[in-house]
Amino acid sequence: MFYREAGDFSTTYSEDSQTFPIKFDRVRYYVVLAVAFLVVPFIVNDYWLNAVLLPFLIYAIAAIGLNILTGYCGQVSLGTGGFMAVGAYACYKFMTGMDIYLMGADGEWVRYALPPINIFFSVILAGFVTAFVGLLFGLPSLRIKGFYLAVATLAAQFFLVWLFNKWSWTYNYSASGQINAPTRGVLGYEVTGPTAEPWAAYLFCLIFVVVLAWIARNLTRGSMGRRWMAIRDMDIAAEIIGVNPLGAKLSAFGVSSFFVGVSGALFFAVYLGAVEVGEAFGIQKSFLVLFMIIIGGLGSIFGSFAGAAFMVLLPVLLKNILVGTLGWPTDLAAHIEFIIVGALIVIFLIAEPHGLAQLWRIAKEKLRLWPFPY
Amino acid sequence: MKDTIESYVTPDGRTIGGVLMEMKNITLRFGGVTAIKDISFDIREGEIRAIIGPNGAGKSSMLNVISGFYHPQEGEVWFRGDRRPPMKPYQVAQQGIARTFQNIALFEGMTVLDNVMTGRLTHMRAGMLAQALWKGRAEAEETENREKVEKIIDFLEIQSIRKTPVGRLPYGLKKRVELARALAAEPMLLLLDEPMAGMNVEEKEDMSRFVLDVNDEFGTTIALIEHDMGVVMDLSDRVVVMDYGKKIGDGTPDDVRNNQAVIDAYLGVSHD
Repeated sequence: MFYREAGDFSTTYSEDSQTFPIKFDRVRYYVVLAVAFLVVPFIVNDYWLNAVLLPFLIYAIAAIGLNILTGYCGQVSLGTGGFMAVGAYACYKFMTGMDIYLMGADGEWVRYALPPINIFFSVILAGFVTAFVGLLFGLPSLRIKGFYLAVATLAAQFFLVWLFNKWSWTYNYSASGQINAPTRGVLGYEVTGPTAEPWAAYLFCLIFVVVLAWIARNLTRGSMGRRWMAIRDMDIAAEIIGVNPLGAKLSAFGVSSFFVGVSGALFFAVYLGAVEVGEAFGIQKSFLVLFMIIIGGLGSIFGSFAGAAFMVLLPVLLKNILVGTLGWPTDLAAHIEFIIVGALIVIFLIAEPHGLAQLWRIAKEKLRLWPFPY
Repeated sequence: MKDTIESYVTPDGRTIGGVLMEMKNITLRFGGVTAIKDISFDIREGEIRAIIGPNGAGKSSMLNVISGFYHPQEGEVWFRGDRRPPMKPYQVAQQGIARTFQNIALFEGMTVLDNVMTGRLTHMRAGMLAQALWKGRAEAEETENREKVEKIIDFLEIQSIRKTPVGRLPYGLKKRVELARALAAEPMLLLLDEPMAGMNVEEKEDMSRFVLDVNDEFGTTIALIEHDMGVVMDLSDRVVVMDYGKKIGDGTPDDVRNNQAVIDAYLGVSHD
């Protein structure tokens, strides 16, 4: 194998602290990027896009976001679904043109209608709105820890879903209470709505995934990441070396919520197109993303991708095998699918509690010596 | 009197400067229990100051007062000539006081290098945006601080375990990594809470050498709690002796050794 560091010498500290210190890894990374950008867009079709690629990419962003909070900073959150909903509804308001009411000089409420914002910027702005909401719900984290914090974020989940059901301004007073993504494009290419081309929607999400993953990696390898990890591993010791616990925890909540918000916005605008909040962003979504990072590996960017791939691909794979190959009835297959996925998760947690990322790490350690382990 | 003069030179040729930290009439109570009762002492620049006493004497509480975990009910803490207002531990750290713990408090999930790098966090100021893009200050800062950390790693002879997760290390090495993390902050005052607890003779000798070297090379002022009397008497310039929350002795190792109250506290006294 080519996977070894022999012959790779770092002569500067920045070379030593890069993301892929081993040459083979670096090359592989560029190959994956090249395939994702230059090959996949030409062969992608509707089925692959909607069954596999879009959910994988969008969940990967959410998983990275939750991993920053839970895996790196050690703050358990069960509010991911609620924060995704914030991202989705914020994006909807930005892309359809938000009407805001401000107090005028004479004490009267004056209505201002913002023009619709380009979908690209809507998604980013939605991330910032979610980051702000995440900061608010992160405030209790200074006082409560562990399971109790999880329960507090659970409250955020239910509150936010309730809010988007009751507050009609958020869904533009539509009779159904749903939000529907209008057709919007970037640089003349449609990325949302029913007529969007698969390759355009795919590339739109891919760009967000790549840039956000790169940002997450940068944040976690520098001083910010060390602050988070110090809080995670031992908060008292972190404080004694000069980490402000409130600052570290809130920044993790903010950054994490930004990622989750962007993922929620893409989930609504690009993937689903129409959203009913309780159905799309309910508590099961929070657990799904939590499963992803536990199975993928806490405290690992790669693990977020691996976990998202596992949870998205496995049901698709099982369905294809059970219905497509074995010819079982669809409803039976759907139930068996639940059983198998659930059992696999349990087996996985017993066999490798540190997730797919740890398996990958062990494989790499072995590969370094292969085929001569002595 | 040594307390009144500005600075002096020790027999082994080190210069001890003026007062760096002064504790004035500190009293610390937990409910009805008085852990520290009206204790005053000072720590001078460049010296190795030991705090000793039997179990439960209040030594660790004293260190916790200095590092901001506990806030005394009475008394004042003076640092570098200013009275220190009540501070959070992270603010104390930013003032230039670092410490190690009695039972190791390392970040088990991180490598040795990352652990020591966390010691530099008080010196790292890059904003979130610069870090997110890994441009400008973030990148330069990382390299700069890495250089300083590598010096500490060389100094404490832990180069070979640089990239090992801390969880995998044996006890003695963990203690050394913890010292490295505290040193990486380039503190003015270093607090060591039982740096040699649970070590064998060789490890103690190594650690003593490191403590002396740190003091000698970096000029760091050190306050340490230790139970091994041999180590304390050899290392320290001055010793505070505590018993039941009170100060019963203060002076050079020789003074303390011959102090009747100290002998009574350690050996017990007959009540007849």
